[in-house]
Formats: sequence, structure tokens, C-alpha cells
Amino acid sequence: MFNKVFIIVKREFLSRVKKKSFIVMTILGPVLFAALITLPVVITKMSEREYNIGVVDDTFLFYDRFKDGNNIVYTNLHTNINDALELVKREKFDAVLHIPKVAFESPSTLRLITKDAININAKIHTENVLKHEFESLKLGARGIDSEVLRAIETNIDIQAVRIQKDGMEETDYPEVSIILGILSGLLIYMFIFLFGSQVLRGVLEEKTSRIVEVIISSVKPFQLMMGKIFGIAMVGLTQFLVWVFLTLIIVSAVRVAMPEMFEFASGQQVQLTTAQMLDSNHIDKQIGEVKHHDTMTAQVLEALSAINWYVMIFAFIFFFLGGYFLYAALFAAIGSAVDNEADTQQFMLPVTIPLIFAIIFAQMVMSNPGGPIAFWLSMIPLTSPVIMMMRIPFGVPLYEIYLSAFFLILGFLAATWLAAKIYRTGILFYGKKIGYKDLWKWLKS
Amino acid sequence: MSDLIQVNSVTKDFSNHRALDNVSINIPKQSIFGLLGPNGAGKTTLIRIINQIIAQDSGEILFDGKKINPKHVERIGYLPEERGLYKKMKVGEQALYLSQLKGVHYNDAKKLLKEWFEKFDLLPWWNNKVETLSKGMQQKVQFIITVLHNPELLIFDEPFSGFDPININLIKDEIIKLKNNGATIIFSTHNMSSVEELCDHIALINKSKKVLEGNIYKIKRSYANQVYQVEMSNLSGSLLNVNDNNFELLNQENKNGITEATIKIKTNANTNDLISKLFNNGTIVGFKEVVPSMDEIFIDTVSRKE
Repeated sequence: MFNKVFIIVKREFLSRVKKKSFIVMTILGPVLFAALITLPVVITKMSEREYNIGVVDDTFLFYDRFKDGNNIVYTNLHTNINDALELVKREKFDAVLHIPKVAFESPSTLRLITKDAININAKIHTENVLKHEFESLKLGARGIDSEVLRAIETNIDIQAVRIQKDGMEETDYPEVSIILGILSGLLIYMFIFLFGSQVLRGVLEEKTSRIVEVIISSVKPFQLMMGKIFGIAMVGLTQFLVWVFLTLIIVSAVRVAMPEMFEFASGQQVQLTTAQMLDSNHIDKQIGEVKHHDTMTAQVLEALSAINWYVMIFAFIFFFLGGYFLYAALFAAIGSAVDNEADTQQFMLPVTIPLIFAIIFAQMVMSNPGGPIAFWLSMIPLTSPVIMMMRIPFGVPLYEIYLSAFFLILGFLAATWLAAKIYRTGILFYGKKIGYKDLWKWLKS
Repeated sequence: MSDLIQVNSVTKDFSNHRALDNVSINIPKQSIFGLLGPNGAGKTTLIRIINQIIAQDSGEILFDGKKINPKHVERIGYLPEERGLYKKMKVGEQALYLSQLKGVHYNDAKKLLKEWFEKFDLLPWWNNKVETLSKGMQQKVQFIITVLHNPELLIFDEPFSGFDPININLIKDEIIKLKNNGATIIFSTHNMSSVEELCDHIALINKSKKVLEGNIYKIKRSYANQVYQVEMSNLSGSLLNVNDNNFELLNQENKNGITEATIKIKTNANTNDLISKLFNNGTIVGFKEVVPSMDEIFIDTVSRKE
């Protein structure tokens, strides 16, 4: 009998995996993911052409204040503005910054003139420099040394530290956890919908093509239903694993092919070089830079390494499969009860509401991942796959994961039991539009 | 044990009606058994119970003397009335799949299927998707799948629907061959001429009750109620003069100088008495008993019970 379930699983799996749409999606998915990861890096690197700005300063106060950097090159033009504009027109410069005499009193007279569209980075950078210089001048006018002010200026970034059971302290990075949580929660949501609805369509296809009676004269309806659900689960798992694998290959291939693109994407390198810099005389100057790198790349990497990836990956596979099995059973029941795709709507809504509910509550869960709403939503089997995956990057006590897993298994068994009862009557029922009353009758019989 | 299937007092209720009411039927081995009845009488329900697709509420089914169990499904071939195939799946692949579900091993199934496909001119279509086949071809594929695992019991529900007359004869011949090779066949249809042609036994179900069962010849005999058709020439009068206490002229008409008449023999007389009476009217050129067709028996039985 298990042999026959295996034959069904095999057909369900192969017939889907061999489809062109599956192959295209499986290959295109990672390309898209990889593009999502690498394109921003590539594009920023590509656009890092030097941006030439000519400075015409009628006040003569700021000429040497503009330091080159961030691919912006400032050139002092000791000409009048009209000649400078001619240079822009002839494309000698990308832009000309004009600081008129009255600029200090009325900064709104400042102009950055370009022929093409403005480079937003250059604009922001120039604005920052001018803001700083204007403020220094104003402070000086009131007798305050700008160096004193800079010494007072303090950068506050509280480190969230969580005390572990063993007394160890661990730095928390909620920003990274939020991104990871939302990503894995959404992925589970997407997979459940994607493959759950494949179960629904598969059942409906068997019913409308009238092949179902031929099959259930050979196997039990329950075997057919479970064979289909397992087969499609394998399809989902295959697609997921191929996606992860191909994405990794593509990303590392791009990294090998164009290592210069990822110079600053690697946090360890930054830390190393900055650590060496600490030995030099410019310690004071460098500290700011180190701090800066620390807060950006290195912190993200530290946060990522702080996450328990074994728990993450196992939990993802478990909650994906658990959630999928739960919903797939319900979707199979719906598919068996109706005669055509249009009639599925009335039953789809109540089944999918908990899933959508989970997504709606995501923000609330994120802002307080240990709170009662997060806790209860991650215990209720209909919402737990999505919510639990959102919570895990924040760190969830293992017993809560086990408890949630236990309830999910219970929920899945209950859903399967319910679905099987509806399914075995539904698949042989044609003609009449089915309502909830009929479903209730089938459940009781 | 001469019955392959014994249906003993089977009752099945659905939520709003009784589909089978205390039905008992015996299906002899190596017979073609016609399961007849109007739409909604309960035939398909009975067939599904035998196939263990649904379970009866009370009563029992014996398969070859033993209480029927899930192992028996591999000894049954079932062609449902509502039948179809996966449209997007290749014909050969699909036939292999369904045969494997019936417990035939892959290699055996492949070999047998190639033989059957050859016989039914389907081999060139092996790698085509089902949706590219005509309805008749799809029906042939389904027939092959039903019989491939060489089952002892074959259940055909309206097997001829969707076939053209040439293919109907092809299928009829195959059904007879299967019977001669030892299979028992349950045959559910509304097509009474094919019932008379093929069936040895029948059962008639009407409104969830069995109303008639037995050997088709005996049933027809029992419905023959002493009515005879005579053909005469050289008639002495315009009308046959037979009506008396023993005989009743039911009908008479002239065709090309031959008079055809149907006469019922009442009690206390036999055919010889009728013939001697007819001597006086003219020359007898034909004389035969009127036996009702299955069509008439069907309609008569069903409408009588209403």
C-alpha cells in the first residue's frame, strides 16, 4: 500500500518538475535573487565615475574647503560665473557650484548648475560641506571655536545586550533580525500559498477530468490525497534547495569574477585594515572611521554570525513543511468540494485569512518579538509557521519552538483528518454547488 | 462456489435518500451480468461499494466466497461511467501509471501495454499528450487500462458511450474474449440491445430496490404470456375469425397480401388448438411466439412498480 503512495508521489513530483514553467522559475529565481544581491553593488561601482564640479566662489571664503572624495572632484575656478557656465556647456565640468557674495546672508542664493541631470550624491555632499562651513563661520562670529564644538559632539548608539542563561552577554542587532525575520516569514507565506494552491488545482484537475474514480478504484482516497500533498511538498523543497544552491553559486561566481566590486562588502577586511591603522599616529582621526565601519558592515556581519543558523535553517524547513501540510490538506478539501475554480473563492477566503492575518500582525510582532501577541500567534498552528519564523532571528527559547512545533503537528493531523473526510465524499460529488452545510454533513458522516 | 460476487442484503443511505435498500444479488463466475435500472436507481452506488470506493451501511459483499477486502481491488477492473484521463500527461506514461496503481510491475505493464496498444492501433500515440487524442481513442486507452492487469472481475459502467459502431463491435468482441478466458463481467448500461446480445444474467434495480434477477433467457420466457404472431395468405374473410373463450385477436394488418396478426391464447388451450382454428381462415405461412424484448421488460417492470 505504501508502494502505491510512492507511485503517486513520484508522478506528482515528476509531472511538475518536468514542466517548463517549473524549470524556468527554478533557474530564473536565483538569477533574480543574485541580481538583487549583486546589482546594487555593481551599479554603484559602475556609476563611480569621477564627478567634476567647478567652484565659483564670489566670497573667496570656501575655495579650499571642498575636499575631493566619494568620486567627487572639486576644481577652483577663479573666473566669473558666466565663463564657468560656458565650461559646463562645453562639458568640461559636470556641474558648477556658484557661491554668490550674498550667500552667507541668504543661503538660498546658492546654485549648482548642470547640463545633465544632477548627481544626487554630489549635491548632498556639497550641501554637507557648505552646511558645516557655514556653521563654523557663524560659530566663529559668535566667538565659539568649531573644534570645541566637535569635541562636544557625541554619537549615541546604544548597544542592546541580552544576558544569556549561562551569564554570557550577547549583543543584539534588532535591525538585522527584523530584515531576516520578515524575509523568512514572507518566504514561508509565499511557499505555502504557491504550493498549497498547486494542491488545490491538482485535486480539482483530477475531479473535473473525471480520472479520480479510476484512481480510487485502485487506491484509497486518503492515499491519493496524501500522495499528492507529499509529491508537491517535494517539488517545493526541491525548488527551495535549488534556489539556495544556485543563488550561492551565482553570488560567489560574481565575486570571483569581479572581486574589486566587493572590496567593501566584506566587513572583515575593513576591520583588519582599520585595526592596522590604529597603530599609526592618526588614531584620533581614524577612530571615527573605525566606528563608522563598525556600525555598518561589520555590525551586520556580527549580527548575522550571532544568529543560530542551524536553528534558522531547520526551523525554516520544519515550519515550511508543517505549515504547508496543514494548509495543503485544507486546500485539498476545498479542491475536492467544488466543481470549478470559480467556486473555490468562498472557501478560500476563510482558510487564507489566518495567513494574511499573520502578515498584517508582522509589524506588531517585530516591535515586540517576545510579547504576548507574538507568543500566541506563534503557538496557533494556522499562523505559527509565518510568525515563528519572524521571531526566530530575534532568538526564541527552544522550548517555545518545540511547543509551537508540537501544536503545528497536532494542527496538521487535525486538518488532515478533517480534509480526508471532506475529500472522500467531495471528489465523487458533481453538479450541485456545495455550501458549508454540505461540508458539515460530510464531516459528520 | 459458483458465484464470484455475492451481494447480501446491502443497504446504503446518503444524507437525504436511500441509495440501496436491502439489495441481494448473486453474480455467477464467468458470466456477463447485466446490471440494469433507470438513472438514479442505485447501480453506480452498488458498483462503488463492490469497488470499495464507498462502504455499505449494512449487509455484506463476498468476493469468491470471502468477505471483500482492500486486497481484492487488484483482482477487479473498473471502467466508471464518469471517466477521464490527465489531459496534459502522455498517453503511454499515463497508462503505465494507472496500471502500476493496480499492482502491475513496471516492466510487465510496459510489455502488456505495447501489445494492447498495437492491437487497438494506438501505438503511434504512445508519446502524445492525451488531449491530442480523439474521444474514441481515449476510451480505448481507458478500456485497455481497465483490463490490463487481467482481473477476475470486470465492471463496465456504460462502456459503449463515446464509441462509434466499429469500435463498439471491437469492444464487444474483447468483452466476449475476456469472458471466455475466465473473467466475470458486470455490465451496467441503458443499451438494452447490447444487454440481449451479451448478457447471460441480469438484475434490475429500480428506486434502490432489486426488482428482477436471473438468467436472461428464463426471464424472457417468464415474460412471454402466450402471445403468438401468425402470418397467413388466402384469407377467407377480411378479418380472422378466432375470438372465443380461448383466443383473443390483439391486432391484425395486411402487408402485400400477407396478413399479420397477433393472437393471445387464453387458458384451457394450446398452440395446436390455435393452429387448427386458423386452418379454417386460410393458409398459414408463418407462426411464432412473441417473446418480449429486454426493452419491454425493463419498461414494463419499472413502470409497473410506480
